[in-house]
Amino acid sequence: MSEPGAFQSAVAHAVLGAEAGHADLLAATVRLARATFRARAASVFLVDPTDGALVFAAVAGEGERDLLGRRVPRGTGVAGWVAASGQPLVLDHVSQDPRFSREAAESTGYVPDAIMAVPLTRAETVLGTLQVLDRASGPFTLKDMDLLGLFASQAAVALDLTLRARRAEALLAGQPDELVGLVKLAAALDGDPERRVAGLRLVDALGDLLG
Amino acid sequence: MTPPDPHPADGPAPEETSPAEDIPAWSLPRSAEARVAERTVWPSALTPEQAWGGSDGAGVRVCILDSGVQPDHPDVGPLAEALVVTAGEGAEPYRVRPDEEGDLCGHGTACAGIVRSIAPACAISSVRVLGEGFTGTGADLIAGLRFAVEAGYDVINMSLSTTHARFVPTLHELADRAYFQRTVLVASAHNMPVDSWPWRFASVISVGSHERPDPHCLFANGQPPVEIFARGVDVEAPWMGGRWMRASGNSFATPHVSGLCALIISKHPGIRPGQVKAMLALVAQREDEDDV
Repeated sequence: MSEPGAFQSAVAHAVLGAEAGHADLLAATVRLARATFRARAASVFLVDPTDGALVFAAVAGEGERDLLGRRVPRGTGVAGWVAASGQPLVLDHVSQDPRFSREAAESTGYVPDAIMAVPLTRAETVLGTLQVLDRASGPFTLKDMDLLGLFASQAAVALDLTLRARRAEALLAGQPDELVGLVKLAAALDGDPERRVAGLRLVDALGDLLG
Repeated sequence: MTPPDPHPADGPAPEETSPAEDIPAWSLPRSAEARVAERTVWPSALTPEQAWGGSDGAGVRVCILDSGVQPDHPDVGPLAEALVVTAGEGAEPYRVRPDEEGDLCGHGTACAGIVRSIAPACAISSVRVLGEGFTGTGADLIAGLRFAVEAGYDVINMSLSTTHARFVPTLHELADRAYFQRTVLVASAHNMPVDSWPWRFASVISVGSHERPDPHCLFANGQPPVEIFARGVDVEAPWMGGRWMRASGNSFATPHVSGLCALIISKHPGIRPGQVKAMLALVAQREDEDDV
């Protein structure tokens, strides 16, 4: 196995269907962020490490129906800066900036007037950004920044788990011979309850044998 | 019927707080100002007038290590130089070329404009360490800082940091070198409790935000790692495209302190970074001041 813990992740993913669950967590986070700030939209971008593009991984509010999976080229707007610098940014009256407006409109179809963007960091890596557009919760305060940081912490965990699940999936796809037996076994254990009991006994015995 | 006491045995009930009040963060909401106000009684007071009164920053070279600076923005004025620095290859520490593109984001222009608003006569140099498409890496950041330290600027404004621990020894060495050669390195603290550098080093002046509108108002923090709080909320700052933006964050508090450092150095030539930092702490808001 190429990565510590990848074997367990692969099996866990196969058993739990992890990515869908993590995507739900991410979606719940942006919905909560949007509600807290009474904002027009809240979204999470994932940085694609292959080309640096930002990919919409969760959207609540404006653009919710059609932005998921949309890619924004590297270097676009405020989210790009935040991902590159690792520093949160809060800007008001951004629609007065013609360059920003054009880019935002081209990428999302929506031009906000106020934007709060915060990096999603796990360990040393910026995985993406959380963006809240056009908050209605009044003038920006440092408490808002703290709250945004809390949402970012949760979104970063969800994003990290999603990425792990995806890597595990890729591993399964790339090394079918090595793992296919285990995946079949995990799927079988999810099936018929009677066979499940017997199967778990066998798994325990195998565990004892391998020590 | 009396409701049960939620805090029965262990002394008085804790003070009511809003949910966000106990969040650990390196910024300074108004409600927390009294907690950090300077309590030390100094043998003699220092006034802002003594620290920087009458100074316009003339003769001081300030470097904006950032996304580039729009050179013709009316609130930035002419730049002394505009360079792009990237990591070198092999033994080459960095590569330097003239910056033909200006600001790629707006962030660097905002920082330069804030420095200019405080120290109108200082010389501002832009050293861009973020490439087209914001491809800046920790390696480019190190290269840019190394260049800036070797170039001997009086003040380096660094509203940037890196989260990569592998760069810490090199950053530390560069920050110390700056300190001993009389270059004041002013670095943004993260707005969130994230491990990043170089702002955590004692040899730099680390900056967080307070919420007051006064660009000269400072708080000195008795609970580091953030040492100075400056104006960082709802700051009108120049942006790329000849526009202005209202911006918030430690990124914009930092150039306020850089500008004040330029004023101090201009008024007290030869002053050392440690003395500049002490001076900032001495003019910071005091506990006994009415408006704290």
